[in-house]
Amino acid sequence: MEPVTQDDFDDVVVNAPGKVLVDFWAEWCGPCRMVGPVLEEMAAEYPDVTFVKLNVDEAPEIAQRYGVMNIPTILAFEQGEVKQRIVGAMPKAKLVAELGEFLG
Amino acid sequence: MGLDIRIDLPRTEQSDTYDVAIVGAGPSGLTAGIYCARGRRSTVVLERNMAGGQIALTELVENYPGFPDGISGFDLADRMKRQAAQFGAELREITTVASLQPHEDGCFSITTDQESIRSRAVILSPGVEAKRSGIPGEAEFIGRGVSWCATCDGALYKGRTVAVVGGGDAAVEEGLFLTKFADKVYVVHRRDELRAAKIAQERAFANPKMEFVWDSVPRRVVGDQMVEGLEVQNLKTKEVRTLPVNGVFFYIGQIPNTAFLQGVVERDEAGYILTDALMRTSLCGVFACGDARSNPLKQIAMAVGEGALAAVQAQRYLDELECPLPAADGQRPAWGGPTVPAASRERPGSGGAGDTPTP
Repeated sequence: MEPVTQDDFDDVVVNAPGKVLVDFWAEWCGPCRMVGPVLEEMAAEYPDVTFVKLNVDEAPEIAQRYGVMNIPTILAFEQGEVKQRIVGAMPKAKLVAELGEFLG
Repeated sequence: MGLDIRIDLPRTEQSDTYDVAIVGAGPSGLTAGIYCARGRRSTVVLERNMAGGQIALTELVENYPGFPDGISGFDLADRMKRQAAQFGAELREITTVASLQPHEDGCFSITTDQESIRSRAVILSPGVEAKRSGIPGEAEFIGRGVSWCATCDGALYKGRTVAVVGGGDAAVEEGLFLTKFADKVYVVHRRDELRAAKIAQERAFANPKMEFVWDSVPRRVVGDQMVEGLEVQNLKTKEVRTLPVNGVFFYIGQIPNTAFLQGVVERDEAGYILTDALMRTSLCGVFACGDARSNPLKQIAMAVGEGALAAVQAQRYLDELECPLPAADGQRPAWGGPTVPAASRERPGSGGAGDTPTP
């Protein structure tokens, strides 16, 4: 999963033509560390979706722009629009089920 | 990412990891243990020596609701312990906690003198211990006349004379307890009035064995093999005299057992753990309650309430597995300070009960 920053967020996520899944995380957040490897696995399994991660400590303005108050928050973008929002770590099966339609 | 724990594995495959580890088995930790165990979370309570914390050293508890005739602190602690165990909390005896560390995989590890314990959430209830006065003779005469526990050592002073240092609840109540054995109990207090509860004061003033040494501070414990006296100085007259006593009991305050938390969670200047109104420390997934928390009242009733809240919040954390982002100013609130608008940080409908919204 590639890291995305405040500077390239619009290029990589908002202006991207396809589906992008963004993991809002931080070093100090235990649940983010729990869900991180799950998303890494999913990135390999769903090549049609671009998986990226955003460190909220380094990009507070992006977190604020999308109203992220708790992490991990996973935002599913399609054509630059937020299609789905998932807050909190969860097992892979549940995450895949939640994102079913988006993942295609 | 090399992980040995995965949230999507069934419980049985990661049995080395508890849902909740509770550090300290006083009233707050045991209450948290009861709540977590009843919530069917795998729960371990680390107890240092004999569980019970400060109350196990208290002869009689009279202000804890439900016991109109009073109950010994030891018995009350023992009941709480049995209650926690009965619902499935595991109690483990340890001597010291060396460290609390967040792990790469999102869990925590607590290192004790015995072993390392892993958990997904942590409740800190390490309690406090008696403060040392630091005067000459105090350390030298430990076990030979200097004590912090009238309940433990009082019976050794049958027919003798003792001094109690301090003016709070503990000093006055333990002083009264010592009159059961000692012929005379001096109460040495730096002010000219007591801080203890009025009912305890009334009893103390009515007890002919109690003698108050006002406006005075202890200077030195004197003796040869055993304690033979306590040198005190009157702060107003500067007069120094030696009280002829066989025992000295210090009740001059407490220090929190939080040294192992340095650099891990935020503490106040005195070392008490800072939390928000929901018992959340500065480290997500770690909660605190009881006497070692920065709070304005050190009482069993308080500790029990805090333990319940910490346990409920810890369970909520385990369900939601999410961390609130720090407030815009980057500061987490100290107890009683202006609360961050946590309610507005919660997802809609998720409550946030107990928070005081910032106007």
